[in-house]
Amino acid sequence: MRIAIIDYGAGNTQSVKYALKRLGCKGILTSDKEIISSSDKIIFPGVGQASSAMKKLKSVGLDLLIPSLKQPVLGICLGMQLMCDFSEEGDTDCLKIFNSKVKRFDNSLKVPQIGWNTLFNLKTSLFDSIKEKEYMYLVHSYFVPVIPKTIATSKYGISYSTAIKKNNFTGVQFHPEKSGSKGEILLKNFITN
Amino acid sequence: MLAKRIIPCLDIKDSRTVKGVNFVDLVDAGDPVELAKYYSENGADELVFLDITATKEDRRTFAKLVDEISENINIPFTVGGGIKTKEDVEILLKNGADKVSINSYAVSNPDFINELASNFGSQCIVVAIDAKFIDNDWYVYLVGGRIKTEIKLFNWAKEVEKRGAGEILFTSMDHDGTKNGFACKALEELSQKVNIPIIASGGAGKIKHFNEVFKSGNIDAVLAASVFHFNEIGLKELKIELNNNNIPIRL
Repeated sequence: MRIAIIDYGAGNTQSVKYALKRLGCKGILTSDKEIISSSDKIIFPGVGQASSAMKKLKSVGLDLLIPSLKQPVLGICLGMQLMCDFSEEGDTDCLKIFNSKVKRFDNSLKVPQIGWNTLFNLKTSLFDSIKEKEYMYLVHSYFVPVIPKTIATSKYGISYSTAIKKNNFTGVQFHPEKSGSKGEILLKNFITN
Repeated sequence: MLAKRIIPCLDIKDSRTVKGVNFVDLVDAGDPVELAKYYSENGADELVFLDITATKEDRRTFAKLVDEISENINIPFTVGGGIKTKEDVEILLKNGADKVSINSYAVSNPDFINELASNFGSQCIVVAIDAKFIDNDWYVYLVGGRIKTEIKLFNWAKEVEKRGAGEILFTSMDHDGTKNGFACKALEELSQKVNIPIIASGGAGKIKHFNEVFKSGNIDAVLAASVFHFNEIGLKELKIELNNNNIPIRL
């Protein structure tokens, strides 16, 4: 199986690569459209700021490629947010795969949310062997509200989407590659299911 | 519910873990990768690696070690020490660090905080502040606690937040190495003055100190070193005890 990790200069790609390696899989860090298109699974990581990340995607034409992919795609953190319509972070038009806005946490909370938070309302085989209230690691200032495509929620002031899924596209707000053994189970579920 | 975090800190010198008592006497406490792996498997929520001699000797941080750590552990980690350029940060993040911590250099070049936040996002920028209580006020110290400034802790904390820091790591030099408990009062005040997560550091000696500091202020995380390195407090035992005291903890 070939797993592509989309490398566009805006992600903690090394950690994802090593997490796959610990699972006995090889991830290829690449921005090459041919390699991405012909891979079996695709991981779309992202750390940083939405508008600069979108600029980077556009500069190499990945903004057009990603929504057209037919294989399973897993967006992580900013990668998940970029799959939505629009982000309040830098008022950025995103990839428009999920019909949702990305909003900023209310200022009454400490922003960014940093740390381990619990998961609720788990749906789909992505969460096989993962229980309700399991902890995953998150670092973010913006969030996807609960939408019809939500497959897991977390609470930080309000309840929001911590995972979403539409057809072949899955997004997780938490970092499975940094969420200990439970995160590794989730990555394994994505790879094997 | 967002859990409170327990963060073992590994001070690194020449690729080895050390811990200074009041920042002076250094005692070798092991191999960083082995320790990191052990901690990640035993309940640490996060790790911090500080290259403690980096600023003094103008050493650039230890990219290779960061890569090795990233390969071996599955929890987040922060790297600090001697970071002075955007490129330094880029290499560290690329090699797998989740966050970088800046300290002395940010004090003399506050715009550096803005530069990093706009390039990499606030979420990966930790500003570490070392301070000492003198004549009824907290003053910021530089270069591992060697140089006093006239900058007051709470003013500086508010400024780093405004400039885009995502988190503050506050070390009380009066408490560090004493094992007599954290600077609870100062931490409580700090958490009222800023709206970003705060990591408390300096003074961990007993489990009750962790309890106190989580209960007293709106602190998000606690960082400690020697109590963990020398196994004076077991991570698991600590987390169970905190959980029993109704502090939200990831078990």
